[in-house]
Amino acid sequence: MKIAVQAQDFDAGAEMRALSRDPKVGAVASFVGVVREVGMTLEHYPGMTEKALRKIAEEAKSRWQVLDCTVIHRVGPLEPTDQIVLVAVSSAHRGDAFSACEFIMDYLKTQAPFWKKEAAGWVEARASDDKAAERWR
Amino acid sequence: MLYFAALREQLGTAGEEIELPAGVSTVAALRSHLRGRGGAWQLALADGKLVRMAVNQDMAPPAAVLKAGDEVAFFPPVTGG
Repeated sequence: MKIAVQAQDFDAGAEMRALSRDPKVGAVASFVGVVREVGMTLEHYPGMTEKALRKIAEEAKSRWQVLDCTVIHRVGPLEPTDQIVLVAVSSAHRGDAFSACEFIMDYLKTQAPFWKKEAAGWVEARASDDKAAERWR
Repeated sequence: MLYFAALREQLGTAGEEIELPAGVSTVAALRSHLRGRGGAWQLALADGKLVRMAVNQDMAPPAAVLKAGDEVAFFPPVTGG
């Protein structure tokens, strides 16, 4: 399991190839979040962020047949079209990989301590994100 | 005590060490104690405000019990991803 919180960009292709090197892997599902339209700065809670991401990934592993997963989240100033987050999950079959990937992303949105600030101010949390996380209960 | 994002800006501080006052044993009680400082504290931590809390870097419900040495954080609902 790879959990990283970093300022620098990541290579999603390289991360996915790394997950597919295990001969037991038959599927790698991934999600990449990208900065849309306006730049922002991402603040986080060092220490808790990594702990929360690890907990979410462990929960996904307990619910689905997950072989391995990678979660990378960037912090600091980001511009439109910049990559923000990568979630990639490897499994023997696609169903588990797709579900675990979506679950990790939905939980990250409501449980991992990151905050976005745009020029206009702090981004407000959205009720739709809470709904998305609730459907996995 | 740690404060993040909009809350840190409203309170004008990123953190502090405090002695747990007598009678304050839960996260909710600590929040109401801090609110008693008045001014920005009263506004930012008002009952209607959505404030998330963590104890020792785990999300904590209002009823979570505190002990000496705990790292407690207050912050707005998260917006990562």
